Amino acid sequence: MAGKEDLKLLGLVVSPFAIRVRMALGIKGVSYEYVEEDMFNKSDLLLASNPVHKKVPVLIHNGKPVCESLVIVQYVDELFAGPPILPADPYERATARFWAAFVDDKLTPAWIGILKAETEDERAEKATETLAVIRQVEEALANTLADGRAFFGGDSIGYLDVVLGSCLFWFDALRRMRGVEIIDSGRTPLLAAWAERFRENAEAKGVVPGADEAVQYANKLAAAAAAK
Amino acid sequence: MAGEKKGLQLLDFWVSPFGQRCRIALAEKGLPYEYLEQDLRNKSELLRRSNPVHKKIPVLLHGGRPVCESLIIVQYIDEAFPAEPGLLPADPYARAQARFWADYVDKKLYDCGTRLLKLKGEPQQQARAEMLEILRTLDGALGDGKFFGGEAFGFADVALAPFTAWFLTYERHGEFSVEKECPRLVAWAKRCGERESVAKNLPPPEKVYEFVAGMKKRFGIE
Repeated sequence: MAGKEDLKLLGLVVSPFAIRVRMALGIKGVSYEYVEEDMFNKSDLLLASNPVHKKVPVLIHNGKPVCESLVIVQYVDELFAGPPILPADPYERATARFWAAFVDDKLTPAWIGILKAETEDERAEKATETLAVIRQVEEALANTLADGRAFFGGDSIGYLDVVLGSCLFWFDALRRMRGVEIIDSGRTPLLAAWAERFRENAEAKGVVPGADEAVQYANKLAAAAAAK
Repeated sequence: MAGEKKGLQLLDFWVSPFGQRCRIALAEKGLPYEYLEQDLRNKSELLRRSNPVHKKIPVLLHGGRPVCESLIIVQYIDEAFPAEPGLLPADPYARAQARFWADYVDKKLYDCGTRLLKLKGEPQQQARAEMLEILRTLDGALGDGKFFGGEAFGFADVALAPFTAWFLTYERHGEFSVEKECPRLVAWAKRCGERESVAKNLPPPEKVYEFVAGMKKRFGIE
């Protein structure tokens, strides 16, 4: 294809969903313009590009928007040459998609629930839920990780690594803010070891912020909610 | 391997729109399979073993290996059996649009519908307003196209088509007319219904209504 790709990513530094897309673009070695959105003051471009959900991330490719992080990651995977993000085998693809959906449908609402909880009881309930869900991930993925592979994607990071890995810095933030250990070497040894490798990965290092930034953002959200 | 169509089983429940997506996809691809109706009040060992995480239908078993979650199953069917017709278009941007709208249906329609059917008073009015918003959004996305992807029936159509059997039920509970609010969506539903894959795999809308009425009675919702 002639000409440079015109790629613009509307994101948020602390959004795991935006981070996934940045990692996918990084894996493919594709350059893009990054635009940090202010969720308290959404840009006209964001509202016009994602009228349905009004959320980040949005990837705008040659002026055409793609929305929803998992849709964008698959789009990037299919469009650009380079290391594959989803595996080639249909059954392995279905498995990767299943666990990615599980992370988004079960795990993420649970840990976000810890943050949003307004009472100690609610917090404890959400923490228990999160630990139960992460336990399911640890057990089910024991086979995958036990065969000696470094990542869910094999020797290099793939779809599920990106989807789950993009949340890890928030787990660190939650440890600091709420004293909850979601992944730890005692209860979830395989995930803990995988998390270490993920953090050291070059693609992750480039775009995953420190827990501090997440803590700051959470405080900002809480202040805004209290001000209402 | 290419052309191997043996060993397909679908664990399903007759009225489930999620199961129907899989039946439609299998029919579109001309794939024979064994349909195994599940008793959801007394879940089988096979279902529990095949979907230990969610214990839900639908589950597609291919050579004994389970695939779970309806849209994942539909994509698996498309990728494992790549012969025409392709359920997802060839163009990556068109594929992204199809996935976006299938995801939208998943995130919004069923939950809102459940609230519309179960609740009363103000919460039901809220659900009604949301349902109209969802249907209008889908109507807008369809535009004047024949199907969501354009000329060809595809992934987003498969994702939404089963819910057309629920329109009557939504209408009666919400006291609105889908035809009045979203005429293009109703015309699209008719076109879908003309396809054998859809016609043979959706229950009559009155049967869905009866099913919901029965469920409400059982759970003491009036």
